[in-house]
Amino acid sequence: MSERDEAAERGGGRPGAGGAGGFRDRLLGRVRLSGWLALAAPLLAVLFAALITSVVLLIAGSSPLAAFDTLVEYGSQPRTMAVILNNATMYYISALAVAVGFRMNLFNIGVDGQYRLAAVVAAGVGGAALLPGVLNIVLVLVVAVLVGALWAGIAGLLKVKRGVSEVIATIMLNAIATGLASWLMSNHLGVLTGNDLATRPIPEGSRMPGMELIAGTPKLVNGFLVVAIILGIAYYVLLNRTRFGFELRATGMSEPAALASGIGVKRMVVTTMVVSGAVAGLAGMPELLGETYKYSNNFPAGLGFDGIAIALLGRNNPVGMALGALLWSFLGNSSDSLQMINISKETVDIMKGVTVLSVIIAYELVHRYRIIAEQRRAGQETAASPAAEGAAA
Amino acid sequence: MTKGQIHAIVGENGAGKSTLMKILYGMQRPDEGEIRVDGKPVVFHTPADAIAAGIGMVHQHFMLADNLTVLENVILGSEPRRGGVAIDFRAARKKIKEISDAYGLAIRPDVPVEELGVGDRQRVEILKVLYRGARILILDEPTAVLVPHEVDELFENLRGLVREGLTILFISHKLDEVLRVADAITVIRRGTTVASVDPRDMTARHLAELMVGSELPSPETRESTVTDSVVLSVGDLTVRDIDGRAIVDGVGFDIHRGEVLGIAGVEGNGQAELVEALMGIRPCTVGSLTLDGKDITGWSTLKRREGGIGYIPEDRHRHGLLLEAPLWENRILGHQTRRPNVKGIWIDRTAARDDTQRIVEAYDVRTPGIDTAAAALSGGNQQKLIVGREMSGDPVLLIASHPTRGVDVGAQAAIWDHLRAARAAGLAVLLISADLDELIGLSDSLKVILRGRIVADVDPANVTPEQLGSAMTGAGEAAAQ
Repeated sequence: MSERDEAAERGGGRPGAGGAGGFRDRLLGRVRLSGWLALAAPLLAVLFAALITSVVLLIAGSSPLAAFDTLVEYGSQPRTMAVILNNATMYYISALAVAVGFRMNLFNIGVDGQYRLAAVVAAGVGGAALLPGVLNIVLVLVVAVLVGALWAGIAGLLKVKRGVSEVIATIMLNAIATGLASWLMSNHLGVLTGNDLATRPIPEGSRMPGMELIAGTPKLVNGFLVVAIILGIAYYVLLNRTRFGFELRATGMSEPAALASGIGVKRMVVTTMVVSGAVAGLAGMPELLGETYKYSNNFPAGLGFDGIAIALLGRNNPVGMALGALLWSFLGNSSDSLQMINISKETVDIMKGVTVLSVIIAYELVHRYRIIAEQRRAGQETAASPAAEGAAA
Repeated sequence: MTKGQIHAIVGENGAGKSTLMKILYGMQRPDEGEIRVDGKPVVFHTPADAIAAGIGMVHQHFMLADNLTVLENVILGSEPRRGGVAIDFRAARKKIKEISDAYGLAIRPDVPVEELGVGDRQRVEILKVLYRGARILILDEPTAVLVPHEVDELFENLRGLVREGLTILFISHKLDEVLRVADAITVIRRGTTVASVDPRDMTARHLAELMVGSELPSPETRESTVTDSVVLSVGDLTVRDIDGRAIVDGVGFDIHRGEVLGIAGVEGNGQAELVEALMGIRPCTVGSLTLDGKDITGWSTLKRREGGIGYIPEDRHRHGLLLEAPLWENRILGHQTRRPNVKGIWIDRTAARDDTQRIVEAYDVRTPGIDTAAAALSGGNQQKLIVGREMSGDPVLLIASHPTRGVDVGAQAAIWDHLRAARAAGLAVLLISADLDELIGLSDSLKVILRGRIVADVDPANVTPEQLGSAMTGAGEAAAQ
């Protein structure tokens, strides 16, 4: 029974009790799900989202079957598949950046500003061609990482030194980043060609080569796919296999416990924001080094917010987020095809939104089920052990 | 249960008390058997069914919204309506006044809950239940959060409720309290009733033996193992709150190898702050602070831990464990820089897991496995894991804050044994506890703390809990609390 005591205690929520086991922890995926449930929950949620979208389509007088058929058919064309992969790469890196913060209870809403500012500065530096060939790629990446890290670090410092919520700070820094980026573009880095204000293109020798992965299309798959996979593995190793990762997760699960264990919580806040920002800085690089080679007004916007949704979808799990990024990219890229059968492409936005919501709800249900099951199991094991053991020990 | 009685249910942690209560309150369904209220069998699917049958539950941890007033908290979820939409505050206030007066609860309905003390909050919880028409009250460990005089007030209230014809089910493992307040006692062990007894012919010791089902262990230590070498020396340690008031005021003491130094005091007299200051979690000013002769004044928490201070925190859920993490990760906590848990920057999973398995076996942590989340274990088993973990860091000093609080008798005995064994092996222990028997039994020397100052040195060999208790309140200073 006292297993239940403990659960009641946690559920009841002593005021300010360490935050362990709260809904927010589960929302941010700091609570682990295991086994088939971890797979079943998101699958069911996606199906449910499809169902809701169907209802919306029916109300709008369109055929859901035709819509899904069109989405799948368009999405499975070789060219679209390549584009889906390329966009998913950016989504994935952005989601990784968000997830690093999530694991420590930090809401880095500022990935959006971090990647854009990083992309502007990196594009400017890359376009200046200070270094030859591959070295220039490295330089561009280093600059992007540094700018992203610095920009996020401001929010970390504000939180530690002045107690400013990182949510507020990063949202404001996003706005400042937008202003700063356009100032940089119009006054220093941008070159006006006709009506198009863009940075100088990165020279040909310093571009990320594409890969001919998908047959039947001349569209190349962005070389950053490899980088994204490496980042995903690094994310997993960093969080689960290193002391830093342990301290990060411990701080995320319970700040008081981390303090009592000698973990420098303030230092962890700044470091985590910096790491998150550094990864965020890379989010725009597939586009810059593999697609357009310059920063302009057409540079993808809002990647940071997609990253938040995908991190939630994938529960901060590196594989989960990869699947989430692919789904997100598939929906985003195939939505245009709906217009061919006179369905508004915004229908897909409804589906994206419902997917995130129902995934969160599904995880929550699964979590409650799992806690009950685990307590029952612990209860049985305890009851089964020899009677006087505790007293005798 | 007889109407108009206070019926106590006692049992060890894990005996099934709370499960029983949850079934009675409709939070969980029984596998078999039936519940009868006033002779009629009832089936509860949800707490709402239980409330409808007149059963109300006061939870151990308060479920109140701090920023709402007492009145708003009480009516939350069952607001009296006027004209369909508006809340009828006047009717609510009248009803609350009536209930409060009838049972002598002295509730002021318009005060925000955040301004209330713990005892008042508990009365609000009771009123909330009465407001919903409960005739049977379930109180789950109601005294766990109260200081002694609040406990007295609570018991006074409970007797008043019973006089008015209510029935109270009282769950506790504080036996002296049960004996004081209950009209009837049911002892449960491993999910079954082992005895139904009359408190008038029971002693706390006898009751405890019924609970455990065996002879009770005692915290007595045998021969002294105190040596001459000082492990921890504290001189003139002061902790101030944000207003500059001294919470810990010029405290100093030495602890030797093989010595258990007990700090006795009514809770809230600076013990918690003293411990946090010693661990480097809370800033303090200190005249001198040495561990094994080394000045540790400027050391961080991590360095102090690495320097050989083990720490059993007062609140294991907040400070001692990562509830959602598996046991083996909890074994790393606080020892995340040391072998066997890490190799350089890498977590050594295999070694950490093996060592967790060793702790689980050596300290009799009852768990399905080391991958189980800490939250799934009972309080006693969580505490055994913490003790095992802290002992595994080769400490020279152990700071143990309420090491057996909320732990069942079996685990308590095991923890005492481990402390004694470590003391015999030369460990210095700073023991802070509210359990006077534990303090007197385990300590080699005792100091009494009152309002942040050490006010008395007591020889545990010839002091009774009563004498110690009066020293803790300042020997006659009634305003000590």
